[in-house]
Amino acid sequence: MARIIVVTSGKGGVGKTTTSAAISMGLAKKGHKTVVIDFDVGLRNLDLIMGCERRVVYDIINVINGEASLNQALIRDKNCNLLSILPASQTRNKDALTQEGVGKILEELSKDFKYIVCDSPAGIEQGAHLAMYFADDAFIVTNPEVSSVRDSDRILGLLSSKSRRAERNEEPIKEFLLLSRYSPERVKSGEMLSLDDVQEILSLHLLGVIPESKSVLTASNSGTPVILDEKSDAGQAYSDIVARYLGENRPHRFIDDKTGFFRKLFGGK
Amino acid sequence: MTINSHSFPAVEFKSSSFSVPVLSLASNDLVLIEQLLNEKIKLAPEFFKNSPVVIDLHEVNKKQFVLDFKDAVMVVRKAGLFVIGIRSGNEFQQSQAIELGIPVNTAPTSEIKEIKIDSKNKQIKAPDDSEFIASDSTTVMITKPIRSGQRIYSHGDLIVLAQVGAGAEILAEGNIHVYGSLRGRALAGVQGNTEARIFCSDLQAELISIAGNYKISDDIQGAISNTPIQIYLQKNTLIIKPIVY
Ligand SMILES: Nc1ncnc2c1ncn2[C@@H]1O[C@H](COP(=O)(O)OP(=O)(O)OP(=O)(O)O)[C@@H](O)[C@H]1O
Ligand SMILES: [Mg+2]
Repeated sequence: MARIIVVTSGKGGVGKTTTSAAISMGLAKKGHKTVVIDFDVGLRNLDLIMGCERRVVYDIINVINGEASLNQALIRDKNCNLLSILPASQTRNKDALTQEGVGKILEELSKDFKYIVCDSPAGIEQGAHLAMYFADDAFIVTNPEVSSVRDSDRILGLLSSKSRRAERNEEPIKEFLLLSRYSPERVKSGEMLSLDDVQEILSLHLLGVIPESKSVLTASNSGTPVILDEKSDAGQAYSDIVARYLGENRPHRFIDDKTGFFRKLFGGK
Repeated sequence: MTINSHSFPAVEFKSSSFSVPVLSLASNDLVLIEQLLNEKIKLAPEFFKNSPVVIDLHEVNKKQFVLDFKDAVMVVRKAGLFVIGIRSGNEFQQSQAIELGIPVNTAPTSEIKEIKIDSKNKQIKAPDDSEFIASDSTTVMITKPIRSGQRIYSHGDLIVLAQVGAGAEILAEGNIHVYGSLRGRALAGVQGNTEARIFCSDLQAELISIAGNYKISDDIQGAISNTPIQIYLQKNTLIIKPIVY
């Protein structure tokens, strides 16, 4: 059985697509057959970040409408043959995304893949709802600012009530925090919330902190997930995240606050 | 020892009222009932242990399901409860009750705690996004953080062992206890109970209210965060006070 991961946030532009691309590549590079699905119908850009935009023929809506088979729509990644991409449609009506249709696609993919990564659109509308509805794990991408944290809190509320697991009274979705675009300098100067501040509000299991990094833009311009840029700080942060998710024990980095939070949380006892 | 050897009457009838839980059955599926009942009891084993209970058959009879009262009693007894009455039974069910030595139509309907059992009302679930009503138990206990946009309602007391996020709303007809940070809205005594109180360990609420008397965060500012406090009503004014030991 596949594990379904939703990458979600509520707020827009916080790094969901960047994260979806990076972790799906990371999981595949670790030898797990992985597929990443773009749920952002109308604004697709996962294929851009994955560098496969010129190879898109069919999309998720075609599959739901029965105009193409899943195999016709899946795009094999050029860097890693264990990774496939199911693109969203740019042109179609969002309402074409139905619960039944998505459920069928996920069921079929589950037979073939180990991990299914769902890149959620922003907001709490249908697309975001369907991206999270079937999830087993949720990666909550949050930026260190009040509105992003508040939206994450809202999404967490929805995860615990409006998901299939909640409706069936099953074990709840596992929730993980990915604090992205973190800049210790700006935390110090008071422009940004600290990890500590964010955790006080969300109290989630921290999977990793991704630093604010120019390498993210460079990577997306070249159509390669930033995790493949092994020298970059953001790339390393995502590698750590994938490793931790898979059960490895790696110390947290890029927080650069050597006196505060960490001593409190992990040391000092 | 003979009768009348004491200076006080050995037997005396007194009028006294008890509060007894009523188990309302809405299904005749005894397997389901047993399962739901056990789930419910697991939530508060001490409360239900050897508890007396009146079985109410109004719902199941209204739906015209055929329910054998003797079988139902066996299931309820097996769950560790003592059946001390039947309510809204039909003629046959009442005669079955008499045979089992169970009084018919006992207990005044007012001060009764209802335990509803039907397939929809399964157990205390994770809070629903829009509204969550635990219509079946006096105290609702929440152990997970209450997130922005969530709303929790309790017909009795409400105990929250985690934080209440900004933009979340908790309401109780009785008291509210919050052991994490209270950042959202907390309304106690929402059906008019002016004796209800709010207790919390870290007050940063957007709004607090008791029986309709409220304060918004601007008025609460300056009140102590990060200290255990209680909020109660005195002459229509909300009093916020540290809890001193
Ligand atoms: N760690 C980072 N450092 C610097 N820039 C970043 C980082 N993460 C994301 N960005 C930039 O932020 C912008 C938004 O990123 P992305 O598209 O991944 O967000 P999103 O949450 O998917 O947005 P949307 O809600 O529109 O789908 C992009 O320009 C991206 O390059
Ligand atoms: Mg996106």
